[in-house]
Amino acid sequence: MKPSAFNYAKPSSVDEVLGLLSEYGDEATILAGGQSLVPTMNMRLSAPSLVIDINGLAELSGISSNGESLRIGALTRHVEIENSSEIAEHAPLITMAMPSIAHPAIRNRGTMGGSIAMADPAAEMPACLCALGAEIEITGGSGARKVAATDFFKGLYDTDLGGDEIITAIEIPKISAGYCSAFDELARRHGDYAMCGAAAHAKVDGLVISDLRLVFFAVGGTPVVAAAVGSAMADQTVDEISIAAAQHAVEDDLSPFDDLQCSATLRMHYAKELTKRILNTLVAG
Amino acid sequence: MTTVIEQIQISATVNGEKVTRLIEPRLSLVDFLRNELELTGTHVGCEHGVCGACTVRVNGEIVRGCLMLAVQAGGTEIMTIEGESDGGEIADLQKAFHERNAAQCGFCTPGLIMTTTELLKTNPDPNRAEIREYLSGNYCRCTGYEAIVDAIETVATERKGG
Repeated sequence: MKPSAFNYAKPSSVDEVLGLLSEYGDEATILAGGQSLVPTMNMRLSAPSLVIDINGLAELSGISSNGESLRIGALTRHVEIENSSEIAEHAPLITMAMPSIAHPAIRNRGTMGGSIAMADPAAEMPACLCALGAEIEITGGSGARKVAATDFFKGLYDTDLGGDEIITAIEIPKISAGYCSAFDELARRHGDYAMCGAAAHAKVDGLVISDLRLVFFAVGGTPVVAAAVGSAMADQTVDEISIAAAQHAVEDDLSPFDDLQCSATLRMHYAKELTKRILNTLVAG
Repeated sequence: MTTVIEQIQISATVNGEKVTRLIEPRLSLVDFLRNELELTGTHVGCEHGVCGACTVRVNGEIVRGCLMLAVQAGGTEIMTIEGESDGGEIADLQKAFHERNAAQCGFCTPGLIMTTTELLKTNPDPNRAEIREYLSGNYCRCTGYEAIVDAIETVATERKGG
């Protein structure tokens, strides 16, 4: 057995989860899909004394549509999101990104809420939610609150989630008429951690792009909104000149790092290449 | 602080047979299958979800046996390589792997067969790129994958009658 010993609780309500979190504090951890948590426990990077398994909370699972937005329960598994026609229609960026999340056996277990709570800098969903202007619904002892995805990710594996709170859902505004999304990432092997990735959402009219929200991941501690690229591409026709300007603007948006996978210089090169691919994809319809 | 770890009794259906055991919460599903039930066809590789050697089926879906706790599998139906093999539904895959020498040391083979079963269920006519992409979560350190992709392609062609 790899993890250190822990006790196991399987609550039947969110209130029961909150009770356990307030009782055990930092000693407790929430188990959703377990695809990130269990590796950290197996490597003993994490050694909770209580594992709170939320897989019995059916109310946290599922996709629903309320008027202008989609609501994805925190426990909804990647495979369900990947195969959802509702998501494909109203939030196609999420559908595009899903196949890049690890492998089928992982997507059968991994959850949206778990991916967000883990906040891995190379994860796809945090970047997509930032690009789409999604909100994270968090429930704690004093009730539920909503946080914009762009405010939720605070730093490396660090989020706005309090120790006595749980993510209950994600709300994504439905795609508006005239808008398109694009997603791409560069990894050494399909399903591996990205060396650089990008999620984008923009208004597209022919070859003209406006309201571009380009978000990079695996280039810093959190998803990085490329504001300078957004400004550079405001009401611009996508052509060689504007693409070059956008690639130049990437240097203002990113300060990539060296790691075992690649150097900062290579990461910047990848980010510029992805910018070009993303812009071309957006206007290709 | 000394924490008393409480053991938990779980019941599950493994390869069609009901089993009940008293286990520690930290026991992974793959260790449960191998050590408690002596179903050693499912292998333990990296133990952090990367290599795919521990792939088993829970309620019909493939999962990493090292990333699911045994206690979470209570009440589920689990299928391992032993169950799939005894049931005969993968006989053609086993034959194709054998004939094409797609199993060299054999360590990755059970996981690869489990993943392939799911691939051919969801996409009965995959091209080579789709096969490679689907198997990207299963490491093989012997074959270079070429023989594995060949074997799967052969079975997919045979199954559709060609």
